[in-house]
Amino acid sequence: MFAYAVRRLLQFIPTILAISLIIFILLNVLPGNAALMSRGEQDTGTLTTEDIEEMKRDWGLDKPLWYRYAVYLKGLVTGDLGKSFLRREPVNQLLKERIWPTLKLAMTAMLIAICLGVPLGFYSALRQGRIADTITMIGAVSGVSMPQFWLGLLLMYFVSVKFQLLPPQGYGEGSIKHIVLPAFTLGIGYVGLLARTTRAAVVEILSLDYIRTARAKGLSELLINQKHVMRNALILILTTAGLQFGDLMAQTVIVEKLFSWPGLGSLLVDSIFQRDIPVTQGCILVIISTFLLVNLIVDLLYGVIDPRIRASYK
Amino acid sequence: MNKNLRKIIRQTNLLVGGGITLFVITVAVFAPVLAPFHPVDDSDLMVSEEPPGAPYYLGTDIQGRDILSRVIYGARISLAIGLVSQTLNTIIGVLFGLSAGFFGGWWDDFVMGLTNIMLSIPALVFALAIMALLGPGLINVFIAMGFTNWSFSCRITRSQALSAKNLDYVKAARALGYGRIRLMFTQILPNIIGPILIIGTLGVAWAILLEAALSFLGLGVQPPTPSWGGMLSTAREQLFTAPWISIFPGIAIFITVLGLNLLGDGLRDILDPHTQTQHS
Repeated sequence: MFAYAVRRLLQFIPTILAISLIIFILLNVLPGNAALMSRGEQDTGTLTTEDIEEMKRDWGLDKPLWYRYAVYLKGLVTGDLGKSFLRREPVNQLLKERIWPTLKLAMTAMLIAICLGVPLGFYSALRQGRIADTITMIGAVSGVSMPQFWLGLLLMYFVSVKFQLLPPQGYGEGSIKHIVLPAFTLGIGYVGLLARTTRAAVVEILSLDYIRTARAKGLSELLINQKHVMRNALILILTTAGLQFGDLMAQTVIVEKLFSWPGLGSLLVDSIFQRDIPVTQGCILVIISTFLLVNLIVDLLYGVIDPRIRASYK
Repeated sequence: MNKNLRKIIRQTNLLVGGGITLFVITVAVFAPVLAPFHPVDDSDLMVSEEPPGAPYYLGTDIQGRDILSRVIYGARISLAIGLVSQTLNTIIGVLFGLSAGFFGGWWDDFVMGLTNIMLSIPALVFALAIMALLGPGLINVFIAMGFTNWSFSCRITRSQALSAKNLDYVKAARALGYGRIRLMFTQILPNIIGPILIIGTLGVAWAILLEAALSFLGLGVQPPTPSWGGMLSTAREQLFTAPWISIFPGIAIFITVLGLNLLGDGLRDILDPHTQTQHS
C-alpha cells in the first residue's frame, strides 16, 4: 500500500511538469505586448520604444522563451509564481486570498451532488423499470443538460429577487446564506451525473453472482444493499466524483462570475481580460493541481475501500 | 414484462432525442422563413424590453429586438459550433487513436501520455486559455473547442483498434496484402463507427454547453451575433426589469442539449450491446 502511494505520488510530478509547460507555451506566445497592456490602454500612446524595451527588461520579457520557462520552473519549485503584471503583487498572495472561497464552493457543491445524487441513483436502481425510476432518470438527464449559469440566473431571480429569501450575490464574509445559491447552481448538474453513474453501477452489481449467493444465504435485502452493493458501487461512484471534480473546479469560473464570488475562477477570467499572464498561469495551475490532488486521494482511497486493490499492491 | 417495458423506455430515449434534434436542425435551417423579424437589424428602441405578447411572442430585449427571432437564429450558431468543433475533435481523436492502437510502440506511449494530460486539464480551462490567446470570435471558438476534447474519442478508438488488430477479419485482410493505411481505414474504422458516433453526439451537446458558457463570460461569439450564451450574458443586467430575456435562450439551450443527450443515450443502447444493462 505504501509503495503504491509513493508510486502514485511520483507519477504526479511529470504530469504537472508537462501541464505547466503546455500552459506556459500557450500563454507566452500570446500576441500583443503583455507588459504594455498592463500599463492600461490610456497611457500607451505616450510610451516611446525605449520605454517599452525597458519595461520588457523589467519583466524579463526580452529573454528567450526557454530561459523564461527555466526561471518559471525554478520559481515553481520554490513556490514563487512570479508577480502580477497589473497589480504588482506576488501571484502567490493573490492566489492565497482566492483559493479558499473556491475550494469551499467546489466542496459544498460536490457534497450536495453526492448527498442527493447517490441516494437518488440507488433508489432508481432498486425501482428499475418502474415509474419512479423513469422520473428520476428524466430528472437526471435534465440536470446534466441544463446550462449552469442559466439555472443560476433563474435561482437568482426567483429566490433572491422575487421572494427575497437569500442574497443574490457576493461572498458575505463567508456566511452560509451566501453560499447556498452558488453551490446549488454548481452542484445540480453533478447530482444528475452521479445519479446516473450510481444507478448504472448498482444495476450491474445486482445482476452479479455474489448477490444471488447472498440472497440464497438468506441475508436481508438491507444487509445485501449495505454490505455488497453499496461497497462495490462506491468505487465507481468515487472515481466518477473524483474525475468530475476537475470539471467542477473549472465550472466554478462561470458560477463565481455569475454570483460575484471572490474565488480563483473570477480571478482567472479577470486576468484573461487584462492579459495578466502570470496570474492566468497561476490560476490555471492551481485549478489543475487541485484536480490532480483530488484524484490522487481518490486513488489512495481505492486501497481502503477495496481489499482486492490493496492486495495487488502489497 | 419488465424487460419489454425497459426496451420501450430505451426506444423512447432515441425517439424523443432524435425528434428534438431534428426539430432544432429544422429550425436552424429554415430560420429566415420561421423568424418573424430579423435578429439584428430589426431593432426598435421604441419597443425595448417589451414583455411577451403579439407581435413579439417572447418579448423584446433592451435594444428592442425580437427575442423569438434571435432564439431561432441562435440555433444556427449553436449547432454550427457544436458540429464543427466536435467533427474536429473526432477527426483528431480517431487519427491519434487508430494510429496509436495500430502501430503501438513509442507512438502509442506518446499519444497515451498526451491524452492523459489533456484529460487532466478541464476543457473549460483549456478553452479559456486558448480564447485568451486568440481573442473572442466565432472562428476562435471553433479552434478553442475543436482541439481540446478529442481525448475521449482517442481513447475509445485506440482500445478498439488494439483489440481489432488481432481479429480474424483483419488478419485475413492483411494476408490479402492490404497496406497498413488501407487496413486501418477500410477494415478497422468501419467497425468502430458505433462508439465514435455515440461519443460524437454527446460531444456536440457538450460543445453547445461550453460555447454558451464561453459566450456568457464574454469570450465566445461576439454581439450582435445572436448566440444563446451571449443573449444570456447581456440578459443578466436586465434580470430585475425584464426576466423573460433570461428565460427563453436558456430554454433553447436546455432543450437542444437534452435532445442530443437523449439521442446519444439511445444510440448507445442500440449500437453498443455491452452496456445494454446500464443506463449511463
